[in-house]
Amino acid sequence: MSLTRTAPRWRRREGLRALLWLSPWLTGFAVFFLYPLLATVYFSFHRYDLFTLEFIGLDNYRYLLRDPRALVAIQNTLWLVVFMVPVQLVFALGLAQLVTRLKAGAGFFRTVFYLPSLVPLVAGTVSFVFLLNPATGPLNQALRLIGVSGPDWFGDPAWSKPSLTLLGMWGIGNVMVIFLAALLDVPRHLYEAAEIDGAGAWRCFRSITLPLISPVLMFSAVTGVIYALQYFTQAMIAARVASGSTDSPGTTFVPGYPEMSTLTLPQWLFYAGFRDYSMGYACVLALLLFAASMAFTLVLLRRFRGLDEEGGLR
Amino acid sequence: MFFTQHHRAQEAPVHRTVLAVAALAALAVSTACTAGTDAPTLGSQPKPSGSASLPAATIELWHGFAADSEVKAFTDAIAGFNKKFPQISVKMVKGVQDEHITQAVRGGNAPDVASSFTTDNVAQWCRSGVFQDLTQVIKQDGIDLSVLPAAARAYTEFEGKRCTMPLLADAYGLYYNKALMKGNEPPRTLSELTRLAKELTVRDPDGTIKVAGFIPSTQYYENSLSHLGPMVGATWYNPDGTSAIGSDPAWKQLLTWQKELLDWYGYANLETFRKSLGDEWGAEHPFFQGKVAMVLDGEWRNAMIAADEDAKSMDYGTAPLPVADAKPDLYGSGFTAGTVIGVPRGAKNPQAAWELVKYLTTDTDGLVTLSNALRNVPTTKAAMESPALAKDANFATFLQIFEHPKTTTLPSNVNSVFNQEAFSTFVLEWEAGRVKDLDAGLAKVDKEINDKLKLSGG
Repeated sequence: MSLTRTAPRWRRREGLRALLWLSPWLTGFAVFFLYPLLATVYFSFHRYDLFTLEFIGLDNYRYLLRDPRALVAIQNTLWLVVFMVPVQLVFALGLAQLVTRLKAGAGFFRTVFYLPSLVPLVAGTVSFVFLLNPATGPLNQALRLIGVSGPDWFGDPAWSKPSLTLLGMWGIGNVMVIFLAALLDVPRHLYEAAEIDGAGAWRCFRSITLPLISPVLMFSAVTGVIYALQYFTQAMIAARVASGSTDSPGTTFVPGYPEMSTLTLPQWLFYAGFRDYSMGYACVLALLLFAASMAFTLVLLRRFRGLDEEGGLR
Repeated sequence: MFFTQHHRAQEAPVHRTVLAVAALAALAVSTACTAGTDAPTLGSQPKPSGSASLPAATIELWHGFAADSEVKAFTDAIAGFNKKFPQISVKMVKGVQDEHITQAVRGGNAPDVASSFTTDNVAQWCRSGVFQDLTQVIKQDGIDLSVLPAAARAYTEFEGKRCTMPLLADAYGLYYNKALMKGNEPPRTLSELTRLAKELTVRDPDGTIKVAGFIPSTQYYENSLSHLGPMVGATWYNPDGTSAIGSDPAWKQLLTWQKELLDWYGYANLETFRKSLGDEWGAEHPFFQGKVAMVLDGEWRNAMIAADEDAKSMDYGTAPLPVADAKPDLYGSGFTAGTVIGVPRGAKNPQAAWELVKYLTTDTDGLVTLSNALRNVPTTKAAMESPALAKDANFATFLQIFEHPKTTTLPSNVNSVFNQEAFSTFVLEWEAGRVKDLDAGLAKVDKEINDKLKLSGG
């Protein structure tokens, strides 16, 4: 009888102790994640301009389906996820492979490839736009010398996103360093054994390198996708500088210059909330972004789990 | 994955807890939207019978000016106010943006007086009560608002709520470089502008533009649609606030004219030229450098030319913007907007704040002091006619444009920036030659603006 009474009390005490240890995390979770998330859901059903709050049901969600710029922003963001992220990962992996194979000067090249990632985003983007200026940029001037008319990199909607991808590749040093560490961690004897068995370079890469660095690949892919979904600063700065618009009183800066091709979902969210004061609608966009991040992360986790378990890409 | 009845029973309290947390969070959110304020509202305090009867106070004035010369101009104007109200001292905070004002009011830390360079947020501020309605105190003090041009009255109020006053105004006209004009007079009609733009343009043998007669692109510095619209008498909104862009034939006329001239230059060619030009606010401005013969610009450019070591010797003139050939009566008018000033909600000394706003916006000496220093257009008729106002022929052009009865502004709208941006986005596609049907495109702009208006509560 006494045992049955004391056991739950003991369990309760253990539970409380566990809660106490967990409380810093729980507090942080509640304050910085749960409350904002619930507030975002709550506001998404309201018209809210920071001062007045009015319940409007699903109007903000219906507006999303009619908002042509939101749809363009979604398409642009997906483009970055589908094209920019893989290109960056492949490029970073290629650079890391290259540096591991260098017999001399590996430290120098490692530093050179890493340095751009230390440049502040705004400064790097402005420099890139000046570098690729169709009239005065050194790249197009050099192309003109050999008789090639260079594109309007950040001013032509067909070229603007590839130009942002170039910018992303230039600043990929931090991912390269992570890949480099993972590559150096692969036991050399596995390659030696495979070579004795007659495996070529591609076979070694596919069957040894890839499976062994897959956790790092997964980490980089997931963080890369989340980063692409939150892509904001470079796109906004590039658009502002390339358009030549000062956004001074009386003039209008058109986000996503040229022709909305660099308008991303986080930018549109920002404009909806903090320029138009349509906070309710901005919350809908934020929830969409959250759902997309979760969906991409889950898909990538499943995909990489398969890679890890089966020892190769499926 | 499935739940048994037992599991469901165990889950029930969890659901209740989650719901309770959600409800509490929602309650907290709904009650924490705006900070409450106990500050007196304008008109709630007894009106002083004379300047000496106003109690001593220190009031805070937030403004957007940042340059030393601008801050000094403001300080000089405030000195005049202090002569009238020695018991009120004014603490100025420079470099303030619109977002700072909105957030300060929301957080219950509003300044006593705040001003903004742009009129874009006036409607939002009036509707949400960020700035207090001045109607009652204006009436109380017997201020006759007809001393302000109709356009200046329009951009400082929204739906009958006058929550701001015009401090200084900007008017837009045509600047022309006399040396590049080859003896031509400034154009009075769009046809003349087209002819001159072509005549004055100089190209290199390979077709590259060396000097442009006039750049018709809306992406060029001050060539925004709001500044260009008055050339054809175009209207932005219907009386009910919905978009008039698709239904007003003037916009179609403007865009058709603009595209024809743009195509004459060649879009890619003109874009390359535009992107080779220097900063709008620096010594590399293409008008200063003799790279553009005619430009649309505000009255402040006179002061910038005078202040630039190289440009000040330039022989230039100013004129009203050319207008549609079929609307000669528009000639002399243009676009105007300007700095607005008001008393935010939560101002600690609203009556003293109003006295400062009143002084800065209606006192002739105060306005002339500011105008002479900042070279913006003073807003009242008395200030414009004051012998103390420094005005040469080039600056006088803008005073006349501001006073012209057909001069217009961009009417206040809760989605002002969104609407301009929606239209500009379409026009950029139009300029690039990617729009096949102009009417359908303009109708689409209307729909975008009207949908957003509906979302914002009309």
